[in-house]
Parts: sequence; C-alpha cells; structure tokens
Amino acid sequence: MSNKKIVIPGEVIVSGEKYLPGEGTEKKDNDIVAIMYGLSEETNELVKVIPLSGVYNPRRGNVIIGKVNNVTFNGWIIDITAPNSAFLSLTEVPRYVNKDGLEEVMDIGDMVVAKIWNINKRGIDLSIKSRGLGKIEEGMIVKINSNKVPRVIGKEGSMVNLIKNETRCNITIGQNGLIWISGDKIEDELLAKKAVLFVTEKSFVEGLTDKLKEWFEKENKK
Amino acid sequence: MTIKRFDGRKLDEIRKMSAKVGVVPNADGSAMFSFGDTIAIAAVYGPKKMHPLHMQNPKKGTLRFTYNMLSFSVTDRIRPGPSRRGTEIGKISEWAIDPVLMIDKYPNNVVDVHVNILQANASTRCAGINAGALALAHAGITMKDMVSSVSIGKLDKDLVVDLSKKEEDFEEGEGATDIPMTFTNNGKLTHIQLDGNIKTEQLKEAVKLARKACKEVYEVQKKALKESIK
Repeated sequence: MSNKKIVIPGEVIVSGEKYLPGEGTEKKDNDIVAIMYGLSEETNELVKVIPLSGVYNPRRGNVIIGKVNNVTFNGWIIDITAPNSAFLSLTEVPRYVNKDGLEEVMDIGDMVVAKIWNINKRGIDLSIKSRGLGKIEEGMIVKINSNKVPRVIGKEGSMVNLIKNETRCNITIGQNGLIWISGDKIEDELLAKKAVLFVTEKSFVEGLTDKLKEWFEKENKK
Repeated sequence: MTIKRFDGRKLDEIRKMSAKVGVVPNADGSAMFSFGDTIAIAAVYGPKKMHPLHMQNPKKGTLRFTYNMLSFSVTDRIRPGPSRRGTEIGKISEWAIDPVLMIDKYPNNVVDVHVNILQANASTRCAGINAGALALAHAGITMKDMVSSVSIGKLDKDLVVDLSKKEEDFEEGEGATDIPMTFTNNGKLTHIQLDGNIKTEQLKEAVKLARKACKEVYEVQKKALKESIK
C-alpha cells in the first residue's frame, strides 16, 4: 500500500530481476517501465499501473450499463461508452425470445444492465443471464468518469451502501461509469444523484465516507 | 561570447515554461503548455471508433493530430479555419509523437489530438507537441516514453535555444534559421525541421543543444503530470 506513486510513461518504476511486469508496464532489460500515466502498485513482485483518467477499458466480468444501438437478427448491439461497441446475443437472454420480435424485448434506445462474459478480437460479448441484470425499466442514469467508479463504490461497497441507505434508492453501478438510480420518489433519486456527483468531485479527499455522512446530515436539514 | 538576446536571456535559456493537465473537462485528456507568450492547449478524444469506416485499420490504431492557430493568437488577425500551414504542422506533429505511441493496441480506433494555439510568439509547433504529448499521457494512452520539443535558432553565427518571434525574423548576418526538434526522454530524435541555412558541423551542435534543452522541458511535463493530483 505504501509503495503507491504516480508514474508517467517511460518512467522506471522499479528495477530488479525479481519483478514481473503487469498491466500498464513493460520490462526493459532489468527495469519495469510504465507505459501509461497512473498510479503504480506492487503486489507480490507484480507491478502494475492503474490509470487515473481516460476512456473506459472493458474487462471480463465487469457489470456495465449500456444503451441499445441497433437490433440485428440474432441479438443487440450495445454502446457501452468504450471505443468498441458490444454484442448481446439472443442466446444470452434467460427467457424465450421470438426471433421475429427482438424489438419487443429490447428496442433501440433502451438501457440495459449486462455483464461482460467474453472479450476477444472480434468484439465484446455481453450476457444478462444473472441476477440483477436486464433491461432498465425506470429510474435515472447518471454518467461519471469510469476511473472514479471504485471511489463511488468505496471499500467493500461502503460508499454506495451509505447512499442507498440514506436515500432509500436502488443503485446499480456500471463499471463503465453509468449509474442507475431508482427510488420511489423523484426527490430521493435526485438526492442520490447529487451524492454521487459529490463523491466524484471530491474523489481525492481522504476519509470521504465520513464527509459524505456529514453532507447527508446537512442535506436532510434543508 | 556575451551577446545579449533581445529579451536578455542567455543563449541556452528557455523562456519561462508552464504546464498543466486537465484543462478541458469534456475531453478524455487535456493539457496546456506554454513557452513565455506562446500558449498551446491540447485536447485528446478517444480511443474511439474510427469514422469514416473505410479509414479503419484492423491492424493498428490511428493517431490524428490537428493543429490550429486561433484567429486572435497573433498581432494581425489570421483567417480562422484550416490552412495549408496548419495541416502541415499537424502532420509533422503527428509524426513527432507517433514513434512513442503504442497505437497498435487500439485496432480500428482513432485517437484525436486537437491543438489550439491561444497566443503565438514563435515555437508554436514545439508548444503544440509538448501539450499534445502531455494530453495523450493524461488520456491514459499507452506510450513507451514522453516526447519533448524545443526549437533552436541562429542569431548570425550563435546558436540560441527557444526562439521568440523577433529572433525568428532576425535576418542579419547568416540569415534567419529555425530548427524545431523533438526528442524522447531517452534522447532519441523523433522530429527535426530546418528552415534557413546551417553548416553540418553546427547542426550537430544544435542537436546536442536541443537534447539538453528537452531535458528541461521534460522536467516541466513530468511535474505537471505528477502534480495534477494533490
């Protein structure tokens, strides 16, 4: 934990035989060199760089929120705010779908919570065969920078659970930076949105969970 | 040799540099870089899908660099919009940065770099390249190294670092000479241009001088990136 530091491309993070290059790094002779701007982290001799900014980089297993861009004969093309769009196949939907009526399940413009189950050269494949995944019927979507998602979730979900409890809203966070908030009242949803934006704005402040608690007390008094 | 430059700088002294990242909130990465009165702002968008589709390259990504001088950046208003000079400098800057960029990691995608010159007092392309490299790093694009750029000029027979407009137009003696150069941090030359005339021997000297000056530029860039997060 203590060996975290900001590195820039071309900078030598550590040198020595024993280190292994992880994501965002490269081995050059005996040095581990950063090839990306971000925070370097070292765990069990594996060195990696966590990006601090930039566009969303999809990974296998991520739960994301996307928008249906197009309907094809065997599935849906979904915009996940990454450089490449993803594909949700008909076979990855856990119910019977009439092949002539894919639009009835999801039409262009609908939002969907999905999981990335495979990434290969041809593209990104999504699945909604799990609990909590599927088409979004109501609520609101908030967009934040995807690099701030871990902060909004907090340690073991402490931050998002706090927002959930305080606002009595259901919150689903997509790793790509889209957040789905749905509550009984629109005021609750707006408060949750405000809280999320508060967290992203102050993402570099330490002890943010406590700060957020104070912030909620102030908001509730209003 | 104690020739005074017009602004009282030493021969190998760069104007006051400043750099900042994250200046354009809507961009994926952005940066400002300035040499004295020359200010460049760079915004990076992407990697994103390449449009038009026929320009997509499934083997590697594409870097697109656009250089634009704003109409109020110089004393005589210049016609806004793309120009012959702007397109050329954009292409040159693209080639200067391309060797360090690991663009093959983004097949079918494009990374757009837009550089705008807010204020011009010579060395605009160098400021543009420096800002562009900073913005690309800030956008989280994979890069092997950083690039830094500086221009070398000649006042009669003396080599000077980081030309100002007045020095660029200095016609006396051997005539005006301007040599913008770009180096990676480990000292590799990625871009060199020559406008004017210079002897081979002196050109070697100029390259050496620029390499040293680029180290200073690199330190400013490094500081800007490291201090963007308190």
